[in-house]
Amino acid sequence: MKSSGTPAPPGPPEPRVDTEETGLRGLRTWRGVYLVVFGLFVLWVALLTALEKFFS
Amino acid sequence: MNPLDYLVLFGTMLGIAGYGIWRTRGQRGLSAYLKGSGTTGWRTIGLSVMATQASAITFISMPGQGYQDGLGFVQNYFGMPLALIIVAAVFLPMFRRWNVYTAYEFLGRRFDTKTRLLGAGLFLLQRGLGAGITIYAPAIILSTVFGWPLGLTIIFSGLLVIVYTVAGGNEAVSQTQKYQMMVIFGGMAAAFVVLPARLPVELTLPDALHLAGTFKKLNAVDFSPDLHRRYTFWSGLIGGLCLSLSYFGTDQSQVQRYISGASLREGRLGLMFNAVCKIPMQFLILLLGVLMFVFYQFEPPPVFFNQTSWKAAAERNGGKFHAVEQKFAAACAQKEQSLRAWLDARRVHDSAAETRALAQTLAAHQQSEAARAEARAALRDADIHAQTNDGDYVFITFILAELPHGVIGLLVAAFFAAALSSKAAELSALGSTTSVDFYRHLLKREAGEEHYVKASRWFTALWGLVALGFALFAHLQENLIQAVNIVGSVFYGVVLGMFLVAFFVKWVRGTAVFFAALLAQALVFSLYFTLNISYLWYNLIGCAACVLFSILIQAMDFKRPEEARPEP
Repeated sequence: MKSSGTPAPPGPPEPRVDTEETGLRGLRTWRGVYLVVFGLFVLWVALLTALEKFFS
Repeated sequence: MNPLDYLVLFGTMLGIAGYGIWRTRGQRGLSAYLKGSGTTGWRTIGLSVMATQASAITFISMPGQGYQDGLGFVQNYFGMPLALIIVAAVFLPMFRRWNVYTAYEFLGRRFDTKTRLLGAGLFLLQRGLGAGITIYAPAIILSTVFGWPLGLTIIFSGLLVIVYTVAGGNEAVSQTQKYQMMVIFGGMAAAFVVLPARLPVELTLPDALHLAGTFKKLNAVDFSPDLHRRYTFWSGLIGGLCLSLSYFGTDQSQVQRYISGASLREGRLGLMFNAVCKIPMQFLILLLGVLMFVFYQFEPPPVFFNQTSWKAAAERNGGKFHAVEQKFAAACAQKEQSLRAWLDARRVHDSAAETRALAQTLAAHQQSEAARAEARAALRDADIHAQTNDGDYVFITFILAELPHGVIGLLVAAFFAAALSSKAAELSALGSTTSVDFYRHLLKREAGEEHYVKASRWFTALWGLVALGFALFAHLQENLIQAVNIVGSVFYGVVLGMFLVAFFVKWVRGTAVFFAALLAQALVFSLYFTLNISYLWYNLIGCAACVLFSILIQAMDFKRPEEARPEP
């Protein structure tokens, strides 16, 4: 078995370089943004569970 | 619908399509046509990603789902925030760094040509097969309810989306999706404002929610580990994570939306917008259905919500259908009487009377449900091919009977906007994958930018016509819709596996992943024909098999060590 196939032709010329800035006040790293998003998900699950318990 | 509704409907649809064409006039370069102007902000990306995922069926059928089964369906989206975090953290930076037009171009640069073509081919196969569904599914419901000719509805909406997608490319798709989502939000908000106002005056919102809870419509989260239950927290989190990762990370119709951002930040924030907003949005749509359920406890609903089918069958089999209707009306009247007694008891805080009235209500509800089951059986007896699930018709029935003119037009416009927005993204992705991964790569390597833009336009138009043709003939075999969903799940897992190997297992090369993908796909096919499990699990099986086989094949290929491709 060969280890590689036909090489692909070059794609668009220059690779892009992006900065890692979030541009958000109070959330300077993306890790912080992801943690907040995950926290909101947990909050939603908790609120949905509470809604069921409260009105059942 | 009256002239005002038609004015709102056509004004909205044609206005947004016209804006998309005007906004992208004079576009020449391939990058601008396939990826947009490169200035797209996170709000447009966020709305565009949301609009691509939310088809018309989401807004027509989901309230009906809430009406029938309550909030439990929201668990299907629990894996999505985690998947979007992974896409934003891993997939998006890689796609941007390699500066690709399509997700499969990345596979080609990370592995080799055959792996790229395999990924692109699997995408075209699965999306191409489903190409007509996003137009056909809402058209069949709306034409049934309004009595519009089905073919004409399909052709009008299909040609409209083809015209602006072909003319303006990816930028037109993103720009029109932004306004289409606004129409959708406007329509759903209008329904949310009107619905509580249509509830009985003496019924407060907490009363309505308490009533919904009594009928178990608010059971949103089920932590049961039972694999046989359709919606649980665990199946939503694990199965949903796998499905969402495949969809957002490897499906070109989504990848094209977020790689077009002005910067990495804009793309990431657009994805995070969806990670935060999707669950609340789906919750609110389902809650709309739950509140409709409460509304129809006080106002007698039709025994079968697809009244066109019901009336046509009743004309042929009068007596039997009339008897079922009477039985259902009597049960509903009994239910309403018990509910009024329950409300009176709540006002005077008489808990014993409250419990008694609720028990009577539940008994009456069982009788009305039994009458509905009889109605479905009668329909089946009259026509063995009759569609007996009327969930898709609940919301549209409510809209037509209870909402004011103008708002009716706005909501129907919202349904069409959802159909056009997801269709446009699909067509653009099919066109760009065909032109970039196949035409430019295999057939015509050296040509000018204008030639490739022209080719992309032709391929997009061609896929649009395929979709139109499919939608026009889909009624010949209605279970095709289900088949297309299964085809998607059968292929998605393997494609995700290829991308996961590309990102996380750096020492595996192209040939290993290519043969691993073929083996994994064969395994999924053989399991599909021998096992009887939910098709959602094939995403996980295909993905895991592809990753595992890639590692094993590469490990066996110790005689031919190969230098890793340099990262840009």
